[in-house]
Amino acid sequence: MLSALDRKLLRNLRTLGGQVLTIALVVAAGIATFVTLQGTWQSLHGSRDAYYERYRFGDVFAVCSRAPRSVADRVEALEGVARVYPRVTHVVSLPFDDEPEPAAGQVVGIPADGAPPPLNGIRVVDGRWPEPGRADEILVLDNFAQARGLEPGDRLAVILNGSRRELTVAGTALGPEFVFAMEPGAAIPEPDAYAILWMFEDAASAAFQMEGAFSDLVIKLQPGASEAAVIDAVDRVLEPYGGFGAVGRELQSSNYFLSQELQQLEQMATVVPFIFLAVAAFLLNVVLSRLIHLQRPQIAALKALGYPDRAIGFHFLKLVTVVVFLGALLGVVLGRVLGGGMIALYTEYFHIPDLAFRMDLRTGLTGVAVSLVAAVVGAAVAVRNVIRLPPAEAMRPPPPARYTRSLIERLGFLGLFGTSARMVFREISRRPLRTALSSVGISMAVAIMVAGRFGMDSFEDMIDTVFSRAMTEDMAVTFVTPVPHRAVRELEQLPGVTRAEGMRVVPVRFENGPRHRDAVIFGQPDDLTMRTLMSSDGHEVPIPREGLLLNATLAQILGVSVGDTVQVHVREGERGVHEVPIAGLIDEMYGLQGYMHIDSVNRLLREGRTVSYVLLAIDAAHEDEARRRLRDMRGVQSLFSRRAMIDRVRAQTGETWGAMTFILTLFAATIAVGVVYNNARVALSLRSRDLASLRVLGFTRAEISAVLLGELAVQVLLAVPIGLFMGTWMAEGIMATADPERYRMVAIISPQTYAFATAVTLASGLVSALLVRRKLDHLDLIGVLKTRD
Amino acid sequence: MVTAGGTNEEAAGEGAEDAPDVVIRAEGLSKVYRMGEVDVPALRGVDIALYEGELMVLLGASGSGKSTLLNILGGLDVPTEGRCFYRDWELTDADDAELTAYRRQHVGFVFQFYNLIPSLTARENVALVTEISDDPMDPADALALVGLRERMDHFPAQLSGGEQQRVAIARAVAKQPDVLLCDEPTGALDYRTGKLVLEVLQRINLELGTTTAVITHNVPVSKMADRVVTLASGEIHSETRNATRLSPDEIEW
Repeated sequence: MLSALDRKLLRNLRTLGGQVLTIALVVAAGIATFVTLQGTWQSLHGSRDAYYERYRFGDVFAVCSRAPRSVADRVEALEGVARVYPRVTHVVSLPFDDEPEPAAGQVVGIPADGAPPPLNGIRVVDGRWPEPGRADEILVLDNFAQARGLEPGDRLAVILNGSRRELTVAGTALGPEFVFAMEPGAAIPEPDAYAILWMFEDAASAAFQMEGAFSDLVIKLQPGASEAAVIDAVDRVLEPYGGFGAVGRELQSSNYFLSQELQQLEQMATVVPFIFLAVAAFLLNVVLSRLIHLQRPQIAALKALGYPDRAIGFHFLKLVTVVVFLGALLGVVLGRVLGGGMIALYTEYFHIPDLAFRMDLRTGLTGVAVSLVAAVVGAAVAVRNVIRLPPAEAMRPPPPARYTRSLIERLGFLGLFGTSARMVFREISRRPLRTALSSVGISMAVAIMVAGRFGMDSFEDMIDTVFSRAMTEDMAVTFVTPVPHRAVRELEQLPGVTRAEGMRVVPVRFENGPRHRDAVIFGQPDDLTMRTLMSSDGHEVPIPREGLLLNATLAQILGVSVGDTVQVHVREGERGVHEVPIAGLIDEMYGLQGYMHIDSVNRLLREGRTVSYVLLAIDAAHEDEARRRLRDMRGVQSLFSRRAMIDRVRAQTGETWGAMTFILTLFAATIAVGVVYNNARVALSLRSRDLASLRVLGFTRAEISAVLLGELAVQVLLAVPIGLFMGTWMAEGIMATADPERYRMVAIISPQTYAFATAVTLASGLVSALLVRRKLDHLDLIGVLKTRD
Repeated sequence: MVTAGGTNEEAAGEGAEDAPDVVIRAEGLSKVYRMGEVDVPALRGVDIALYEGELMVLLGASGSGKSTLLNILGGLDVPTEGRCFYRDWELTDADDAELTAYRRQHVGFVFQFYNLIPSLTARENVALVTEISDDPMDPADALALVGLRERMDHFPAQLSGGEQQRVAIARAVAKQPDVLLCDEPTGALDYRTGKLVLEVLQRINLELGTTTAVITHNVPVSKMADRVVTLASGEIHSETRNATRLSPDEIEW
């Protein structure tokens, strides 16, 4: 049996239907973002840790040119090292007959006896482990296999050390070191263009003449060991063997990208739900204070009848609770669905076995608890104000509202406005805080849309600057080893090639005292036309004749500036160490690299005029033929087509951003409608008497709508510029959290984004206005005249 | 017709040739309110007319149907049955927009609870109406007419009840309406203030010649009328014509 008070609660809920629904939707949006983002973060984080643990992911990773197996034992003897796993890894290419460009790949050795690797384990997804003794059997990275439609038993052509071999796919697999598998130097992961091939150690050693040697070391640390000390020690041991510099997990390529993503996700998971829940609390406050205001006499009667304050306060808190739970239920369900979608998106880039959206009960409950607390805080103030009143006072109608001339009128613009406009302005100046808060609420919606879309704008801007203005070649060719400069002229002779320009790209380690970073130096000629050095503000920067032009972020990391020298450890060929003066710094949008004149690089390396990277301009009509010829050319390692890359980058990021933008827009519109509609309903209940009086006096529906909706229009119009400003500010904040070693994009917001956010907000306002307008058509003209306010 | 025919000796004494024009006429008005499961009749077949320039008082106990009648005559409500005309215009055929136009152009209302807009000053409350009518008075003149020239720029919250009601009257007459309909205009006021408000209504009726109907449950007030119609249980119970109208200050209650 329901108590009388609970019956009242149910009736209130029914009469407040539209308001209950819109507020519940805002709460749902808040909880859904919370559940989606937190759940996605937790799922990724938890799955990653479990995956690393279960498949024995190493702590330190080192690569060298070639070291005898005995060196591995020396590393294992180092203090802090628990275990080492030496293996052979090597870059390969995978030609596909019907494609002009080969795919890139890496061979990774596995124990020849068929035992699982002691570190950096492998999980077979499909098929089986290769049979010991069968040198041609391999495991292929599952992402690549899926993108290429490869199945166990299929044959795969691989260029091993210059000669073509047909290998058999025994199974497809995943590994913790390849969660995010991206070809070194590529801008984005392309699953069909980069393969990992696990091959028996003896077969790999034979193919690359690495018998009795290793080129890759996975190291497990002892608990409590100093990672930095071990890295230093390993580098010293491997230096004579062409060590490329050991890295910890933090800088291990796959884990680095995954960690970056997790870090950004964690930030989003905190900020975005907070905005939604704050708006929901505000709405609950507005609606409840009005409801309580309307029920003042009833509250007084309840008190007179002997209901304690606590019971009355609790009665209204129940109302809040019902709204929050409705929203919470919807939010959790929605959050699970969206979270599943997010995980599906992540699965395309991050390959963790058994990755699924898992929402633990705590996340759901935390979301509900947080929104409940926000809502109760929002409502508590209004409830307290009423239960504090003595019953006799509460039973009397509240004193009439006091109005004054609004600021605009006092400034002397009175003549500009009719009586209706004056009513609007006085209403606003009587409750400036409510107008301000409403505007802030709506502006949150605008800001969310701006912040949700700006990434796309900044990204387009980056594509424009980097791929359209700074790079203009049609194709770039890299060579396995540097080639004499005359190769450039030879490439220019190919049919369809209209121009060829050579560069010398050298992998190096920049070192200044204890600070170091592994990077590359681009050696460029003066007359290079197909690449332009562009600073992030769009200015061209000339290449110095002498010395090094260093990326400004890299200079900061190394603690060097113009006029200093930096130690350059060359990571190929003769592997010398050189002191190079810094001639200039360049602010760039992404990457860490240095630039030198090609002659300086050749001199530094004591080599003749050589190049390792050739840019080609190709006549579109002959492009396919040129590609085929290039692919079959000896010494060519890989081909990059600029246009294909732009297309792929656009398609991939477009998909991710598109989904994100759509969801955020939907939620933002929910907020806008939630605020505008509820304000309109509150304004309507506050002023239905005035409006009915106007109708009696002969005002048309359109005229009284103008009076009521004028106030909302002012709120929305105020909200738009505030929101655009806040959105810009949020966008800059988000950009600032991006890892500077990866991207240094400026937050670019296109006029279309501003227009879009404005349009959606205005449309939401209009829809809310129309919903309320319907109520205006049913004003009780007679009833209102018979009752005292 | 009950009204024109005259159950009343004075009405019969006047010649039919100089009978004033009918401004509003209603025939067989019935109004039934549906209160959940039961039908509550508020009017049962009322015939009534309002003549040019007269001051009519509608008397009746609470629930007698007098407000319902006034609301229908003023275009605020529609009857369940019967017809109602403003001059030759059948209001019972009019749609919502036409009724709005009728109120806007021809009718002035005064209510028990004033119904002023709290965010507008006295002058602006009057201007509210003058801005949307064809041939209005100056709001200041209308307020002078009710003796409030000095308090024109006060907001409702700064005015007493009687003053607020006088603003409401000024607002009603400022558009120079053809009919002034007042529903318990003194109901919320004390004796002295009530008298003051009635004097204003009398002056407007005499000076501007505005046809006026006043609802009251206060029997002595009927002495200021040309004609008194009494309603009981939704029907016209009696109709009398006063030989002489008394000024409100001569009336005691």
